[in-house]
Amino acid sequence: MREVAIIGVGLTKFGELWDQNIRDMFAEAALKAMENAKVEKIDALYVGSMSSGLYAYQEHLASLMADYIGQIGVPAARIESACSSGGQAVRIGYMDVATGMHDIVLVGGVEKMWDVEDGTFVLATAADQEYEVYNGVTFPGLYAMIAKAYMEKYGLTREELAQVPIKNHKHAVNNPNAQYPFEIDLKTVLNSTMVADPLRLMDCSPITDGAACIILCPLERAKEFTDKYVKIRGVGAATGPIALHDHKDLTRLEVVHLAAQRAYQMAGVGAEDIDFVEVHDCFSIAEIVVAEELGFFEYGKGGKAIAEGQATYGGKVVINPSGGLKAKGHPVGATGVAQIIEAYYQLTYQAGKRQVENARLGMTQNMGGSGGSCVVHILEGM
Amino acid sequence: MANSQRYTREIPRRYRLEAQKFPSGFVSLPRRYVDPISGSKEYENIKLKGTGTILTYTIIHVTSDQFKFITPYAVAIIETDEGARITAMITDTSFEDIKIGARVELVFRKIMEEGPSGIVNYGYKAKVIV
Repeated sequence: MREVAIIGVGLTKFGELWDQNIRDMFAEAALKAMENAKVEKIDALYVGSMSSGLYAYQEHLASLMADYIGQIGVPAARIESACSSGGQAVRIGYMDVATGMHDIVLVGGVEKMWDVEDGTFVLATAADQEYEVYNGVTFPGLYAMIAKAYMEKYGLTREELAQVPIKNHKHAVNNPNAQYPFEIDLKTVLNSTMVADPLRLMDCSPITDGAACIILCPLERAKEFTDKYVKIRGVGAATGPIALHDHKDLTRLEVVHLAAQRAYQMAGVGAEDIDFVEVHDCFSIAEIVVAEELGFFEYGKGGKAIAEGQATYGGKVVINPSGGLKAKGHPVGATGVAQIIEAYYQLTYQAGKRQVENARLGMTQNMGGSGGSCVVHILEGM
Repeated sequence: MANSQRYTREIPRRYRLEAQKFPSGFVSLPRRYVDPISGSKEYENIKLKGTGTILTYTIIHVTSDQFKFITPYAVAIIETDEGARITAMITDTSFEDIKIGARVELVFRKIMEEGPSGIVNYGYKAKVIV
């Protein structure tokens, strides 16, 4: 296996991109990444997208994107694993380079979410259609049931839960690509629309258009292209039951633990070595449970630790310096790649005002459904 | 809109609560081929009695188009007395009576209508035993 580096990145603005269709967004991010890496030809392309068919009525993405970035002829495939499609695409791209099959690989993620009316229905396709969705469950509803079980078991308060989006919005203020780069306060969270009790609108990541792309190459060739590159040091992925009711412990997301242990083992590091982490805070409760599963806090103590400032600058580990899914935005299939891009910026000291001091090891955690899949990457600055 | 077969094939589970009991004790309402706990392909067909306990729940206020007509409504994860885990809407119960640990019985109800020319869907919902 060869070591693999990230040598260039490209992002669109995250938000409501009314003038761009799905190929426009992907082409913008991909061409930026190729320019950033000073690469004109790629050897392979992977694109992560959760549901381009239902969101943009477009399947067969990989060939479309290859054509529209001037790389027709290149081998390409679309990768789908619900909300972890982007992270899975990065993992496949990593394997492609590590095995020696290809040298210059473009990995991207894209989702065009604002073109449809009933986005709640599309998101729910990540759950068990016949035995969850048929019976009326929505995606926020699943995480609401995790929150309910967690609050009952550990005594987490509604006010403490609100500290997750408050912290993430504060981080997003310094992120020019973020969808909502402004602060919110406790009153805003507690007065926002009830979506699925106890989760309110401000507990939920938004509907977002966006694309994110990176260029991978063998570590030994990275210097040919740039002096700003990072190494992918650990990769871990896992599956869990797609239906929430099949999770033994409804206050946990064991799939995250499994993926993280694999990534830690491969990288030869532990949670205590990680300087910052981009986690999949699709809902406020998710960030708390995930932080525990990754090993940053004990089970049942993550909510209080985050509320006490342990997950921001100066705390134990900076969680979601980008603003996270909540404030940066969550274009589902692009999110896993965008997390990697934030880690790239942090580890090459290009994160501006949101720079984590002395960042050397960063982690990304991208999750599908209510714990049906998870991909964790550990990245190292060079 | 789906063909009617999509619904008729699930009738044994949704209307009659026909389930499978695997050697590890795992009970599945959805049809399975392998015990997720032990890997065994052996199982016994059982019929759920339709009683169980709420493990967690939520009141849904914002939903997809097909369920908008009943908002707000409650959904729960229930463990039946045989050990099967299912997700079901709560019906015929006031929200104050829905609690983690509450006892429920499953009842046969209309779930939704698939638009003016679509199929009327039926299945189980849960009613809290007060």
